[in-house]
Amino acid sequence: MRALSAFLSGGLFGAGLLVSGMVDTTKVQGWLDVFGSWDPTLAFVLGGAILPMAIAWRYAQGRAPRLGGAFPPQTDPRLGRNLVLGSVLFGAGWGLAGLCPGPAVASLSFGGWQGLTFLAAMLAGMAAAPPVRGWVDGIADAA
Amino acid sequence: MIEQDWIWGLVGGLMIGSAAALYLLVNGRIMGASGILGGLIDGSGRKDWTERAAFVLGLLVMPVFLVPLYDSVNTHATQNVAILVVAGLLVGVGTRLANGCTSGHGVCGISRLSLRGIVATVFYVLAGGLAVALFKHVLEVI
Repeated sequence: MRALSAFLSGGLFGAGLLVSGMVDTTKVQGWLDVFGSWDPTLAFVLGGAILPMAIAWRYAQGRAPRLGGAFPPQTDPRLGRNLVLGSVLFGAGWGLAGLCPGPAVASLSFGGWQGLTFLAAMLAGMAAAPPVRGWVDGIADAA
Repeated sequence: MIEQDWIWGLVGGLMIGSAAALYLLVNGRIMGASGILGGLIDGSGRKDWTERAAFVLGLLVMPVFLVPLYDSVNTHATQNVAILVVAGLLVGVGTRLANGCTSGHGVCGISRLSLRGIVATVFYVLAGGLAVALFKHVLEVI
């Protein structure tokens, strides 16, 4: 059941990314391009996505997930260097190629060799992240 | 069709948010693409790998059935291998360091008014804007 629900959620996510145009790197880069011909589409996508999720968070209060377990607790509010450094690195890559992890997977079937290349590099980056995190923590501890 | 882009953006956004709501309310998990994928890659998600793999499979397969409904679907990604590799590495390392990407921090975090989600989003949008400004308008390589 958990896998079926996850499959449906992933499918709906993929359909939404396709319908919204977020698999098109020119739309993503167009939104980030405030000095060029700015494309507002991504703002509508993010706004549209936050709406049902805000309702879901509210509904979740005082309840439990349908398939058992508990809802993820509100995260530790500490910000930390990994959050900031990681987001800056991610944003730079996102701007450079116009792809983030969801669309990189969703567009794999039609994205050609470029999509495969980006995804392979992204997965390698994910595999390299734990040692990089340790390295960042080491530098901070030494300082 | 250009003038209707925002409507499709909104419709697609509502679908993305509904997918996240389904994953939260039924499975009790945050729908973050980088976290779900990353847990499969670095082994941290070994105990619930079927759930993660099922999500990734749905994400990968669903567009296959929808693409024929469009005249043409194109990611318009750059042909520059170096840019694709560098950008992919940055996205992979960055999202795992930050513990989230556009879906986890952006959609799931902001909707919960999570400070971490909001701060992460501010930083990746700023960095993305700077990257586009630098590489498109100054260096003119993208």
